[in-house]
Amino acid sequence: MTLADLEHSVTRGYRDIEEVKRYTGFGTGPCQGKECLAQVAIQLAVLTGQRPEEIPPFTSRPPLAPTPIKLLARAPDAHRFDDDKEGERPTRSAAEGGTQVDRGDE
Amino acid sequence: MTREKRDSELDLDEGEDPAKADVSGEIRLPPTVESTGQVPERAEIAIVGGGVIGLSIAYHLAKRGLYDVVVLERGYLAEGASGRNGGGVRQQWSTEINIRLMQESVDLCRRFAVELGVNVWFRQGGYLFLARSAKELARLERNCTVQNRFGVDTKMLEPERAREIVPELDLTGIVGAAYNSSDGILFPWPFLWGYARQAASYGVRIFTQTAVTGLDPMSGGGYQVHTPRGTVRARRVINATGAWSPALAKMIGVDVPTYPIRHEICSSEPLKPFLRPMVSELSSGLYCSQSMRGEIVGGVTIPGHASTYAMGSTLEFLTTYARRLVRLMPILGDIKILRQWAGPYDQSPDGNPIVGAAEGHPDFFLACGFVGHGFMMAPIVGKLYADWLTGERPHEIFERYTLGRFAGGGASHEKEDFNIG
Repeated sequence: MTLADLEHSVTRGYRDIEEVKRYTGFGTGPCQGKECLAQVAIQLAVLTGQRPEEIPPFTSRPPLAPTPIKLLARAPDAHRFDDDKEGERPTRSAAEGGTQVDRGDE
Repeated sequence: MTREKRDSELDLDEGEDPAKADVSGEIRLPPTVESTGQVPERAEIAIVGGGVIGLSIAYHLAKRGLYDVVVLERGYLAEGASGRNGGGVRQQWSTEINIRLMQESVDLCRRFAVELGVNVWFRQGGYLFLARSAKELARLERNCTVQNRFGVDTKMLEPERAREIVPELDLTGIVGAAYNSSDGILFPWPFLWGYARQAASYGVRIFTQTAVTGLDPMSGGGYQVHTPRGTVRARRVINATGAWSPALAKMIGVDVPTYPIRHEICSSEPLKPFLRPMVSELSSGLYCSQSMRGEIVGGVTIPGHASTYAMGSTLEFLTTYARRLVRLMPILGDIKILRQWAGPYDQSPDGNPIVGAAEGHPDFFLACGFVGHGFMMAPIVGKLYADWLTGERPHEIFERYTLGRFAGGGASHEKEDFNIG
């Protein structure tokens, strides 16, 4: 992420910090914004004439630090689920009428 | 006589005239989106919703010469499911119509970077569906037969053959697989910038931070579309607000039977490319693929979530995903999760989208109910919508995927059973 990337984003009209994140990709790398967020916010304030306090940080994404999948897989009772029911999909009665709901959409 | 072109002779982007290039170092780009100022007083078409469906329709309308269009987005582009999906693009569906639509969408994705001038990191690494039971296998076989009939080269594979494609698989419990090598993945965000920028270059005006607060029918047809930035008098309105579609339709008394389903996804640290296809197991709804940035991006079915617009992430998702992933590909246990997020998919009762005008409201069009597949369907649906609204004969989706199919209760319609992975 460079200052030019930010200028580019702002001139295209993507001026909200969430938009800047998506347009430039900043904050989605290894530090998840911990190092770059404040710097970008300050420059964004300068470029858009906003006061810094008008620019909230973007939504933080868990986990707090990069976490190995095997540790998460071993987490004791963080959740419970029946082991695979052969070929069954979860069913749920929606308010708008009972229906089967698949939620593994990609 | 032919010879290889030297670098200096390679075709340049037609939009860039090197003689006129600005070398001052200053950035002077035309805005793509407007987050301030007043909306225009009138427009031929107002598209509500700046997600991939609304922007695809806007782009294709403009490309066909109908550029008197405004897009009204409540927040920012990609705020809903368009910015929160897993980026899968597959042709492995269960019904002829969806298979045919997705064949055309994949074709459009292949040309997207050239046509729209943006790199969407599209990669056709295939889709590998895994079955853990005879019933799941039969489902894959049934779908495979339909797919083959309509020209999708899906193959049924023995577990050992599946492991030749993905050597990291633990085959314990796997009874078979379906594989189509021309399915793929893309990076959703740039897709939106591409559609938006090209639509804007034709004259479409795209307003962000502009919520629609009311719709008033006008006596001669069309609607007054009220926003905090003024009122647009639009001859036609298209509802492309994804999971929020029922609320907009309700403003004119139309009931849309879709509801939001929270879907969660997570992404790993970037790794050297090793995983070719999107891998999915039917039993758990687990899926994962390796993006062009190297991250493993995936999700899993979490049973029992209430219908909600909440976008918070859960530990339950992360641990469920982790257990399922480690069971299927044990070696992935050592990679690290960098981030997780959530968003609402627009669930329709039969798993198929809702398009066309609402009955009794010929100027109010729906483009919703895409159940988390709006991204992969947007290229073709936007094109078909624009063709129709600029005078072409309506494609059959506008007869089959109508809101009216849910009326009367007893109407028989095709149910899409392959809304997973």
